Amino acid sequence: MDIKVNVRESEGDCYVVDLSGEIDVYTSPKVKDAIGDLIDRGVYNLVINLEKVRYIDSTGLGVLIGGLKRVREHGGTVNLVCTNPQIKKIFDITGLVKIFGIFEDEDAAMKALV
Amino acid sequence: MNQPVERETADTVELRIPCRAEWVALARLAVAAVANRLQLTIEEIEDAKLAVAEACTAIIQQEKHGETLALTCETTPVSLRLHVRDTGVHDLRAGAAPAMDYDEARVVGLGVFLIRTLMDEVSYDQHPERGTDIVMVKRIHH
Repeated sequence: MDIKVNVRESEGDCYVVDLSGEIDVYTSPKVKDAIGDLIDRGVYNLVINLEKVRYIDSTGLGVLIGGLKRVREHGGTVNLVCTNPQIKKIFDITGLVKIFGIFEDEDAAMKALV
Repeated sequence: MNQPVERETADTVELRIPCRAEWVALARLAVAAVANRLQLTIEEIEDAKLAVAEACTAIIQQEKHGETLALTCETTPVSLRLHVRDTGVHDLRAGAAPAMDYDEARVVGLGVFLIRTLMDEVSYDQHPERGTDIVMVKRIHH
């Protein structure tokens, strides 16, 4: 079990973080580092694509919340792309749907950033 | 391999793993395999996997956890009963809802909140000698 992280530049000052695999207590530090590195470089508008994420737990949610908090301090935001019903359910029951912008596809998530 | 369980008696599956983050995925796999035998729905199986992983994670993140995590899956015709135990004594009882104000440090209760939300029954037993036992039950509705 592992998580794959791919970071790519998109339009404007926006970056996309593609995640693939399972985000749990073991793999979430890798995600945290990738997001943290971008923010340290001054990237404050992010799309995090969770389409290929099969599983996320509270540590993964904590990493996303931590990233959102940091970019908001600089006037930025984090939008998520999520189509997996089980993962969407986790965002629903934790109330995180009210905190993150959650979109069905990357284009919509990107348009909502700019 | 995936024949449904049709016995009237309880079956028990046990797994012991090192109390470290890299082994939590194995606990999830074990629960998924057992839950699949009970013909739970995909959503119910995912709920049980996440609940067990959150219980393991909650213990692993404690400063004074034991060296081993013990997972016990008890199957009956009407329920899947999951125990996660270690020899440390921890106070894992969080409030009914997680404190969430975008502060990562304040979502500590999120895992326990998820367990309570996803499972039908949850209880905690803390004993100075026996350690901590988190018990989670998923009732079978079909």
